[in-house]
Amino acid sequence: MQYFVQQMVNGLTLGSIYGLIAIGYTMVYGIIGMINFAHGDIFMLGAFVALIVFLTLTAMFYSVPVVVALLVMMVVAMLMTSLYNWTIEKVAYRPLRGSFRLAPLITAIGMSIALSNFVQVTQGPRNKPIPPMVSTVYNVGGISISLKQIIIVIVTVSLLALFWYLVNKTSLGRAQRACEQDRKMAALLGVDVDRTISITFIMGAALAAVAGTLFLMYYGVVAFSDGFVPGVKAFTAAVLGGIGSLPGAMLGGLLIGFIESMWSAYFSIDYKDVAAFSILAIVLIFLPSGILGRPEVEKV
Amino acid sequence: MTAGKSLLDIRGVETYYGNIRALNGVDVSVNEGEIVALIGANGAGKSTLMMTIFGTPRARRGTITFAGTDITDLPTHEIARMRIAQSPEGRRIFPRMTVMENLQMGASLDNLKFFDEDVEKVFTLFPRLKERIAQRGGTLSGGEQQMLSIGRALMARPKLLLLDEPSLGLAPLIVKQIFDAIRELNRTQGLTVFLVEQNAFGALKLATRGYVMVNGVVTMSGTGKDLLADPEVRAAYLEGGRH
Amino acid sequence: MANIAQATREASATPFQRGIKEALYAGAISFGLFFLFIGLRTDQNIRNELILVPRWGLLAIVVGLVMLGRFVYVAYGQPFMARQKIVNVASGLLPDSVATRFFKLPYFIASLVVVGLLMVFAGSLDGIFGPALAGYMRFFRALAIIYALASVMFYFRAFIQAHFSALGIGVLVAYPIVVVVALTLISGSMAGGFQGSLKWVDNFGIQILIYVMLAWGLNIVVGLAGLLDLGYVAFYAVGAYAYALLATQLGWSFWILLPVAGIMAAFWGVMLGFPVLRLRGDYLAIVTLAFGEIIRLVLINWREVTNGAAGISGIPKVSFFGLISFNVSDPNYIAKVFGIAQSGAYYKIFLYYLILGLALLTAFVTIRLRRMPVGRAWEALREDEIACRSLGINTTTTKLTAFATGAMFGGFAGSFFAARQGFVSPESFVFLESAIILAIVVLGGMGSLVGIAVAAAVMIGGTEILREMEFLKAVFGSDFTPELYRMLLFGMAMVIVMLWKPRGFVGSREPTAFLHERKSVSSSFTKEGHG
Repeated sequence: MQYFVQQMVNGLTLGSIYGLIAIGYTMVYGIIGMINFAHGDIFMLGAFVALIVFLTLTAMFYSVPVVVALLVMMVVAMLMTSLYNWTIEKVAYRPLRGSFRLAPLITAIGMSIALSNFVQVTQGPRNKPIPPMVSTVYNVGGISISLKQIIIVIVTVSLLALFWYLVNKTSLGRAQRACEQDRKMAALLGVDVDRTISITFIMGAALAAVAGTLFLMYYGVVAFSDGFVPGVKAFTAAVLGGIGSLPGAMLGGLLIGFIESMWSAYFSIDYKDVAAFSILAIVLIFLPSGILGRPEVEKV
Repeated sequence: MTAGKSLLDIRGVETYYGNIRALNGVDVSVNEGEIVALIGANGAGKSTLMMTIFGTPRARRGTITFAGTDITDLPTHEIARMRIAQSPEGRRIFPRMTVMENLQMGASLDNLKFFDEDVEKVFTLFPRLKERIAQRGGTLSGGEQQMLSIGRALMARPKLLLLDEPSLGLAPLIVKQIFDAIRELNRTQGLTVFLVEQNAFGALKLATRGYVMVNGVVTMSGTGKDLLADPEVRAAYLEGGRH
Repeated sequence: MANIAQATREASATPFQRGIKEALYAGAISFGLFFLFIGLRTDQNIRNELILVPRWGLLAIVVGLVMLGRFVYVAYGQPFMARQKIVNVASGLLPDSVATRFFKLPYFIASLVVVGLLMVFAGSLDGIFGPALAGYMRFFRALAIIYALASVMFYFRAFIQAHFSALGIGVLVAYPIVVVVALTLISGSMAGGFQGSLKWVDNFGIQILIYVMLAWGLNIVVGLAGLLDLGYVAFYAVGAYAYALLATQLGWSFWILLPVAGIMAAFWGVMLGFPVLRLRGDYLAIVTLAFGEIIRLVLINWREVTNGAAGISGIPKVSFFGLISFNVSDPNYIAKVFGIAQSGAYYKIFLYYLILGLALLTAFVTIRLRRMPVGRAWEALREDEIACRSLGINTTTTKLTAFATGAMFGGFAGSFFAARQGFVSPESFVFLESAIILAIVVLGGMGSLVGIAVAAAVMIGGTEILREMEFLKAVFGSDFTPELYRMLLFGMAMVIVMLWKPRGFVGSREPTAFLHERKSVSSSFTKEGHG
């Protein structure tokens, strides 16, 4: 039982990170119906920015309080990835809006290849380890919960609350949902569609950057190729929860996190990614609208 | 307050879908305080003209002036922010938003202070909407959607209201209700209305002036009464219609 | 491209002023994008700790280049392209196209002279100019050769366009012979010619043809049937492992195992195709991606059978139908049969013709199938699935045959790959490969065999040629390795080609207005289908 709860805690941590990435997929898919394949690499970019900021901080000051360091890393990472995603959307995706369906997907795949190789070329192909930032571990009834895990969950929950508010209660969120449902009508009502889509990309990137920072803090290492697998898993999470739905993305992320940690704990760690991918396939085949998604309507 | 100064002025507008010309040099003008009706058969280009005013699709030739400003090349949302509102063809209600949210979408940001007042006005005009306030747009009936679409357009406090086939597919009673509402708005608030209709009889009876469109060109214009009396118009659009 | 609306409103500013403004804007953005990644480099010090190494100079250069590029594009590129579309009032003609102005007889003769001179003095270049400058001269010579060839092609463009397929096949058949003959002439000996041709036949010829074949195979699924498959590499892997395992364990010959591998891949195509039949568009793409990854992960982890990440080595070579062998130790080794010098090049040339044959078989089958009911059903399926169903087409079997046929050719290519490498490991079957193949299909203009072949040659040949760009070391310093930039450039090329020609190299025929409208309607359906 203890072992099980321990795995739950690990799954929750992992799931929070997946969920944060998944929100970016779900928002972009919702608003322009495109799988932003490069989103996983945006996450990786966020982790790298956090790494570089961390190294700068440690180089400039003898010691920095962990909270301050984390905050600075997060904020800079959010700004940088937002700039990346904003530029990518403007340069690579916007001109193809209204083009045939495959074009943006191929461009996004190309962007994904270009981004990961850009980091490989500029920062080198090796794993980049940092010394542990937070190492406190609490023992609660035989279950060890690290401070890192607590930080991850708290950051995730507060960001989620903030974004839920943004999307559901503000006119910006309403404009986003309007663009999602009928872009032309939204424009007829005075919504600047291009700007709304840009903001969506920026929001997704900011959340991915937070996920990247947390990833770096949790694992203490990042490499240029770290975007792909978490990206695909986060996409799975978005689909599992019902694409287009924010709480769905988070729920899906948590489920994927749980399944992965349980699978590794009870079956085989080698096949944990096989499990994740199998779930993706099974969900899409049998539950294409996800858990909290809208049922798919086939128009004839 | 009829025949004020010109509010919307469309001069020689040509619009294309790909290589197909949909509008072939259209001249239409709408003066402040008027109700202007545009009638014509299916595919004459009426709805295209409505959308061209908003720049989707954009006019390839000609100019569109609104309240003295050339809006031909403005982005769609900026045209909307000049206080032109449209209830478009097919109503285009946001199906997964509630009635209230749809109305909120209609109100532009700088009128939020009038929001409560404006919502009340819409609800007095269309009491049915108030009953459906928390219902999703997609679950409304056709007539209710039409009311919501007009109500949403009114939320912008428009200087000019464009209505595309407000009577399409609705029961005669509801059509009458909607036409009455338009007349009411025009009379009490001096709202300028430009409306496209296939229901030529109702539209021309309502309108101060009317235009007849055939194959992307305006072939006839005059006051609503004159057009109603015109034998050609009668033959083409009214005989066999509802009297 | 994003600035068209802006451009019309800012018509008062001259292109030069606009260029300056845009360049500053682009400079600011690229500074923001690059200052952490190019300006700083994470490196390990002696104690294995990460440290930051500043590279502000490089950052300044990159930002400067971006600004310059943007300026040239806005100030000169855009006005130039706009002028190309304006009819001359006096003559009523469009200005000469860029190509006709670029290819002119005097230039052609000049380029021939340059090539001739530099060829004659090829041996003594280093002596005259010194090694660094000689590198540039060789590059210059290569450019002149390319220009001369391009001029010839441009002159005969109408003829080439009319007979493109036949000419293409002719060039492909003649390619190894031409390479060997040319290199024999240059090196002065037959053996030298064969040895030198290894690189050109293997790295360029075979490599490109494998991708051509894979892309043609995938084209059946994506281009004809309109089923977006991001896991095509799985079938390639099935074919490769089928040959590798059966050949090493049972010792069967390639010629028996080729169809076996194809059938196994087709079987997997049906197995994987079956559950995903209901899915459309993007979801189908993601599920196929997942299947591709699952197969790769199983190959890594099922160590008892596949030997895991270490892979399978010692895969036997292909023989010429058992008559002539390419193993030096065999009695019927090719050099012994014909009494010529030993060389690895014979095998490579043989493989070249083998993959050429296989690729042409794929093309032939595709062309034939297109004219048969099943091919027509595929294309109908691509256009509108619901209409297909209402016309009584069995969409299930139609989709499955597309999957199976595509997978079968993937399997053929896979077993060829295993035989060529003599070694397979899961490393070769990563998602990136699927993405590359799909990119080739789409960039080539889906459905067009010629376009796909051109796209494969450009994308694969283009990135391969980076390996040959030794002279770049003279420019950027000796620790510069152009191969590193291969995939970065590949990704960027994918984006740029897509932006430039969203319908691919050959699929860029102007669609009729009717077709265009229909397309946009059906795509809006699929979008709304997903909500």
